[in-house]
Amino acid sequence: MTATTVAHEGDPYKVGHHDRPAQQPAATGHGDAGPASTNVIVAYGFWIYLLSDIVMFSCFFAAHAVLQSATAQGPAGRDLFDANRVAIETACLLASSFTCGMSAVATQLRSRLWTELMLLLTGGLGLVFLLLAGSEFTGLIHQGAGPDRSAFLSSFFALVGCHGLHVTAGLLWLGTMMAQVLVKGFRPDILRRLLCFNLFWHALDIIWVALFTLVYLIGLAP
Amino acid sequence: VPTPIIQQGAEVFGRLGWQSIPWDQPIPLAAGGTVILVMLCVIGWVVVKGYVPYLWREWITSVDHKRIGVMYTMLGVVMLFRGFIDAAMMRSQQAVAFQAPGFLPPQHYDQIFTAHGTIMIFFAAMPMMIGLMNFVIPLQLGIRDVAFPTLNSTSFWLTATGALLVNISLVVGEFAQTGWVAYPPLSELRYSPGVGVDYYIWSLLISGVGTLMTGINLVTTILKMRAPGMTYTRMPMYTWTALAANLLIVAAFPVLTATLAMLALDRYLGFHFFTDTAGGNMMMYVNLFWAWGHPEVYILVLPAFGIFSEIFSTFSSKPLFGYRSMVMATMAICLISFTVWLHHFFTMGAGADVNAVFGIATSLIAVATGVKIYNWIFTMYGGSVRFDTPMLWALGFMVTFVIGGVTGVLLAVPPADFALHNSLFLVAHFHNVIIGGVLFAGFAGITFWFPKAFGFRLHEGWGKATFWLGLAGFYVVFMPLYMAGLLGMTRRLQHYEVASWRPWVIAASLGIIVMAAGGACQVIQLVVSIRRRHQLRDATGDPWDGRSLEWATSSPPPAFNFAVLPQVHGTEPYWQIKRRAIETQQLAEQPDYQDIALPRNSPTGFITAFFCTLTGFALVWHIWWLMGVGLLAAYVVFVWFAWRDVHEKIVPAQVVERLDRERRRARADWLQRHGAEAGAEAAA
Repeated sequence: MTATTVAHEGDPYKVGHHDRPAQQPAATGHGDAGPASTNVIVAYGFWIYLLSDIVMFSCFFAAHAVLQSATAQGPAGRDLFDANRVAIETACLLASSFTCGMSAVATQLRSRLWTELMLLLTGGLGLVFLLLAGSEFTGLIHQGAGPDRSAFLSSFFALVGCHGLHVTAGLLWLGTMMAQVLVKGFRPDILRRLLCFNLFWHALDIIWVALFTLVYLIGLAP
Repeated sequence: VPTPIIQQGAEVFGRLGWQSIPWDQPIPLAAGGTVILVMLCVIGWVVVKGYVPYLWREWITSVDHKRIGVMYTMLGVVMLFRGFIDAAMMRSQQAVAFQAPGFLPPQHYDQIFTAHGTIMIFFAAMPMMIGLMNFVIPLQLGIRDVAFPTLNSTSFWLTATGALLVNISLVVGEFAQTGWVAYPPLSELRYSPGVGVDYYIWSLLISGVGTLMTGINLVTTILKMRAPGMTYTRMPMYTWTALAANLLIVAAFPVLTATLAMLALDRYLGFHFFTDTAGGNMMMYVNLFWAWGHPEVYILVLPAFGIFSEIFSTFSSKPLFGYRSMVMATMAICLISFTVWLHHFFTMGAGADVNAVFGIATSLIAVATGVKIYNWIFTMYGGSVRFDTPMLWALGFMVTFVIGGVTGVLLAVPPADFALHNSLFLVAHFHNVIIGGVLFAGFAGITFWFPKAFGFRLHEGWGKATFWLGLAGFYVVFMPLYMAGLLGMTRRLQHYEVASWRPWVIAASLGIIVMAAGGACQVIQLVVSIRRRHQLRDATGDPWDGRSLEWATSSPPPAFNFAVLPQVHGTEPYWQIKRRAIETQQLAEQPDYQDIALPRNSPTGFITAFFCTLTGFALVWHIWWLMGVGLLAAYVVFVWFAWRDVHEKIVPAQVVERLDRERRRARADWLQRHGAEAGAEAAA
């Protein structure tokens, strides 16, 4: 990161030797007091990334909307989706979002034990979600309703699969973060990464809510 | 019908084999052999001269935005030559292929026009524009680096990976024969069973991720890291256009990623997104592709507008006319560019109402662009205009771009488009705006900021020769193509039978020779300038009497850019500093120097890109174990980088002071000379 960590400590670059007051407000990055702090920059950049990721998901959502009825005389959503499984999946993911939030609270309190514990719970719930989604996929493929059956199923598998890939990447990241907290403790850069991980995990949850509604609920509707 | 790969058996090297090299086709073989030979010679020379440690330390692992910007631009220029060779082959094929087969068989000709488009857009124009932004934006903002320097390095190396994969396809296998847009169902497995489309998909997916990360990086940089006092309405025009372009990258490139991922799923796992069976919808690909593709046009041309804004203002010795209207026009284009994509396929049959909406939206962009053209004219009006090479490119741009804009507005009228769709008129139009806009801006920007990057100017005479030959060559190639298009000649013809097209096609081929002469002048200019670098030395860091902050530091700038971050009081901060120095006849008082923390170098980007190249190659050829190795290595590199404890290195205050004292001495000399000149003028 660039040398901006101290931007809130008065006049870090001695830029105000001409006409600036000794006391200046914290840099917000709006141009009044120079570059923002690293915390702001990292979180801001990660938000922009999340926005771009949501744009990518929106393409898969759009494709699903276009291809929803293109079943090619094959099964449609209401013939295939299992409401109970989807309910459990949703519960897992929402609960994992809660535990993820609790890990952030524990991090705020600088409790290494509770942070690790909550992250472990988050990861466990995420894993259960993934296993459920995986068993749904294999079940569908065994029924002959794989992604090569129809354009509708292609878009379904791609959308749910893309979300699943994100959860998988999130789990890898989560494991790495747990190791980092264990080894390196709550250093400023580790704290920033935990913040980004939290943002990522909640964003996946939001996408799942959209997926649950637009794919499963609408698909199950008669 | 080829089967999707999930149903195929696995070989150790997948589809790759001895027969993958086109032994029976002399042209790609010779071209590929030459490229390999040149690369081996360069690598050998670097090794023998002992430059490897230097290259590794100062360039390959560098996370300095200036170095990365230079490497981006160099990649763009090299690939521009590659793409130009493709263009020359297409023009010469058409020159001889009148009622004759010519020298390029169809499957090879098709690869050439596909590679030409892909390379020019993704690996020539994009790296040139991104490279210039990378180099200039932090300097214009008065800061020390971009928001995420290591990510920046990774972005660059991923772009290089994409370029490398496209070039590997020259010798190992083939490139796509689908045109650079790769429309299905032609690009589906059933109709393109070879590896060409796979090379296309993976090179664009990998480099696209790099571009997206650059977008995130520069948006964050511009919005969150500006020198103290630089409010939005004090940002230089180039920074504004860069902001708009990078916002477009963030919003548009994920669409490309998703679209190509869908095409890959169709080809690799038997999905039916765009197939002509099982309910696939190929027009969805066309819509998605252009939902990315039209903003992409503005990702390229908005920074070009920014470069010209800087140049018009600098070489007219006047502030930019209508700064606020320019910002408004830029942001208007940024928004509207997302609402016009359908004009690329009016012929889809969406109906008169839909076509009318998109046609009107397209014409609206011309209004915003018109605002810019008038602002540039009024910037020159009443100024003392200097006709250095960058200004010549800017003037050439203005005339050429207006012609391209006018033919664009013509094409925006749906009924006219029905007649001209896929004709050479269209080809002439988009070359008119992309060459006249983006490429001219690239050359102008390189000439303009070259002294800042390397500390010496480019040779003026050879630069002017390049400009005049490039401009003339452009007109001789593309004006005839408008005519051929109006006569009904469609694009991508390997041979043709219509006699009335022939003179125009021949004329265009002659133009290529003029353009090639311009390219030769460009190379000579570089060689001559390097040899005479001592005469062309830029001692003050301000060779063009500049106005924005990049000219406030020395040429080349120190690693930390600015010894102390400049304080900004207006839209032209450096101009104000300069005026104050001239009025008071002294420099600002010597600042109190402090230690400066800079990001440490990291090979992360290079290693990541290395494994991405392996993964991409493995995916093209279905070598699954290698793909696994690549992905595993990517994760290992990620963790390894995350484990790093020291992120910064410290430049001690004494070093900062020593370097800045040299800069101040040069400025003091300049001020003394300037004072003497001003005195002589007053006496006269």
